[in-house]
Amino acid sequence: MPEIALEMKNITKRFPLVVANDKVSFTVYKGEIHALVGENGAGKSTLMSILYGLYQADSGQIFINGKKVNIANPNVAINLKIGMVHQHFMLVPPLTVAENIILGMEPKKNNIFIDMEKAIKRVEELSENMGFKIDPKAKIENISVGIQQRVEIIKVLYRGAEILVMDEPTAVLTPQEVEELFEILRSLKKQGKTIIFITHKLNEVKDLSDRVTVMRRGKVVGVKNTKDTNQEEIASMMVGRKVIFEIEKKPLNLGKTALKVEKLEALSNKGLPAVKNISFEIKEGEILGFAGVEGNGQTELVEVITGLRPASSGKIFLYDKDITNYSPRSIREDKIAHIPEDRRQRGIISNYTVAENLILGNHYRSPFSKGFVLNFTAINNHANNLIKDFDIRPSDKDNLLKSLSGGNQQKVIVARELYGEPKLLIAAQPTRGLDVGSIEFVHQQILNERDKGKAILLISADLEEILSLSDRIAVIYEGEIVDVLDPKKTDEKEIGLLMTGSTTNKKLSKVK
Amino acid sequence: MFGDIFNAQFVASSIRVAIPLALAGLGGVFSERSGVINIGLEGMMLTGAFTAVAVTNFAQNPWVGVLAAILVGIFLGLIHAITCITFKANQIVSGVAINLFASGITIFLCWLLFGETQIMVKSSLPIWGLSIPNIGEGSTFVRSMITIFAHHSPLVYLTIIIFALSHIIIFKTPFGLRLRSVGEYPQAADTMGVNIVKMRYIAVMTSGALAGLAGSFLSLEQAHFFVKEMSGGRGFIALAAMIFGKWTPLGTAGAALLFGFGEALSIRLQGVTAVPVQFINMVPYLLAIFVLVSAIGRATPPAADGIPYEKEIG
Repeated sequence: MPEIALEMKNITKRFPLVVANDKVSFTVYKGEIHALVGENGAGKSTLMSILYGLYQADSGQIFINGKKVNIANPNVAINLKIGMVHQHFMLVPPLTVAENIILGMEPKKNNIFIDMEKAIKRVEELSENMGFKIDPKAKIENISVGIQQRVEIIKVLYRGAEILVMDEPTAVLTPQEVEELFEILRSLKKQGKTIIFITHKLNEVKDLSDRVTVMRRGKVVGVKNTKDTNQEEIASMMVGRKVIFEIEKKPLNLGKTALKVEKLEALSNKGLPAVKNISFEIKEGEILGFAGVEGNGQTELVEVITGLRPASSGKIFLYDKDITNYSPRSIREDKIAHIPEDRRQRGIISNYTVAENLILGNHYRSPFSKGFVLNFTAINNHANNLIKDFDIRPSDKDNLLKSLSGGNQQKVIVARELYGEPKLLIAAQPTRGLDVGSIEFVHQQILNERDKGKAILLISADLEEILSLSDRIAVIYEGEIVDVLDPKKTDEKEIGLLMTGSTTNKKLSKVK
Repeated sequence: MFGDIFNAQFVASSIRVAIPLALAGLGGVFSERSGVINIGLEGMMLTGAFTAVAVTNFAQNPWVGVLAAILVGIFLGLIHAITCITFKANQIVSGVAINLFASGITIFLCWLLFGETQIMVKSSLPIWGLSIPNIGEGSTFVRSMITIFAHHSPLVYLTIIIFALSHIIIFKTPFGLRLRSVGEYPQAADTMGVNIVKMRYIAVMTSGALAGLAGSFLSLEQAHFFVKEMSGGRGFIALAAMIFGKWTPLGTAGAALLFGFGEALSIRLQGVTAVPVQFINMVPYLLAIFVLVSAIGRATPPAADGIPYEKEIG
């Protein structure tokens, strides 16, 4: 019997509307990598927040190395050698790497000043110990997401953590960065650390973990040795039903050219070139996927096409109509639908109801408006229809959007955007942060549109998604299309290299 | 005429005029670095100005007056902290309330205690430093240097020390690192075990103390009297100095000197030129507007400035 590092017994935590953890028991062995999986809202993060002292459980006990503990706040957790790497990095952007690492536990000189030299030395020691280099004096705002994550890991180790909780650490990483992260985690395991790895990507569970605990709706539904199970089994435990993994795509049936972009250029918010000489076409019935590390011009490209950002030069044609620098409203009226990458910022108004969110962008038109007043009969019927068609839960049209899960918020957006038969669908990061069930749903909707003969522009940081949905893949790097690939003849590795710019034969080919 | 205006006396008076702006601006730096907007600086300054004169006259000792002004500033800071941090009220509304309250209470107490709207200071702080040689003795250069740097109220030297200390505290000590992190990204600080509520209370009360001290300088040392509404928007100009100084003590000091220069200029120009005095009085405010407009875009406030801290529910 292996030694037990952590045991949580019968943890219950209620929030005003939900029971987030319902008598959850969770055991982790010393020195293992333990995957904790479940859909969004299954209660994984709540459980880990209780372990880290951010929340207090209503009932239940926690044992660390066999000793009962009471974790009242993060300081207690840190003293118990529990470290947490949060999904949204807990780093202060204008401060340096070293300052972030020592925050709250600063080495002192003469008992008054921060001993920066000592801090820098310690940071260098810790990073070298894990086999990578890091500049302790660099500001967080100037380093990549992958490096930021290493800073988070060092921060936790600096505090002497023996149990590391990693909350969805791969959500923001490129495939290469994921591989490097896994190397780091494996080397930590060799040094005897215990790692709890929260994820809903099942291939990662398989690649990395020794054991896996599956949660659903606040309860633990199973604990398995990773080698004794498979992705299908874990997925059906998570969702409570069988999940179809293989996306079945019908054969390509191309129509007329729906979107044509010619030599498009645009500036970023800082006034620097963000979209550089981009040209491509999308035909009816086709999905063109844009793969790229975030911040390489994808956001700006979408904004230019949807009229949210001016093009500095170049042309955009929807069928034969030049829509370059049209207003967002007239572009919507020309039937370009947009699932925006930042759901909370641009996709929904979280303090509005489901019904209100479902008419945004069409609110001023018949049948939702008559003259200058809203037609609530039409709005409510519309909402009830879409709630049924898209299985939005809970199914009350008067719920505020903020009370819905991320998956259901996304369903509201998808339902609204697909309403009224768009000619072009732009889907930017359409499944970011969604759970397996919702991802499956959104993917199916996108494919349905394709099969109905719509043109689709897909932008995603998730290469698996790009590879499985796209009919063609354009790789974007620093605002340029560096290559266009056939998904059947490429793989994550090749795309990953292209999108990090580490290719020598950089092609500026036009997408045909 | 030019030489009449821009001489050593003028520089020295710019420094004196800058002191209250600088101190209140520094108060803004502490408060906003922790993530709490304090537009109540104006009211805290006004209350400090009244308290300093009232207590000085009762105690017959200006040092007691200064101390009382600081304590009253801390008290108002505490009220702002309780409303904004503990009760998470809107920080602008709380600041406006403090300003309105200060405006009313000072006039009220002025009538109640002294029976008039203007009270003269009965006892001033000594001038510290070297005495200025008479004309004819010593060189003009030495005389100018002494006038500018070495012949001031003790509060001027105290202010310089406070600024040096604040710079060190904010950028070189664990307290300062925590303060900055709390104003930028409190969630991160929280997970590192930093007590956000405590940090913010300390910062806002420090801010009140500095505004109170600024007020005491204004009434005791600059005007030698208290009159209603005598802060005259200096609390807001101090905030402009803080923004122009990019929320750093040294930058704020520099900006305050610039505004002090503007105000000293407007004092000097009165009667010297044919321009009506009302226009000349606009100089410091116009300068503030000009500086703020040109600083916009380049000045980034602490990211969590003005946002009450709440743990995410998930």
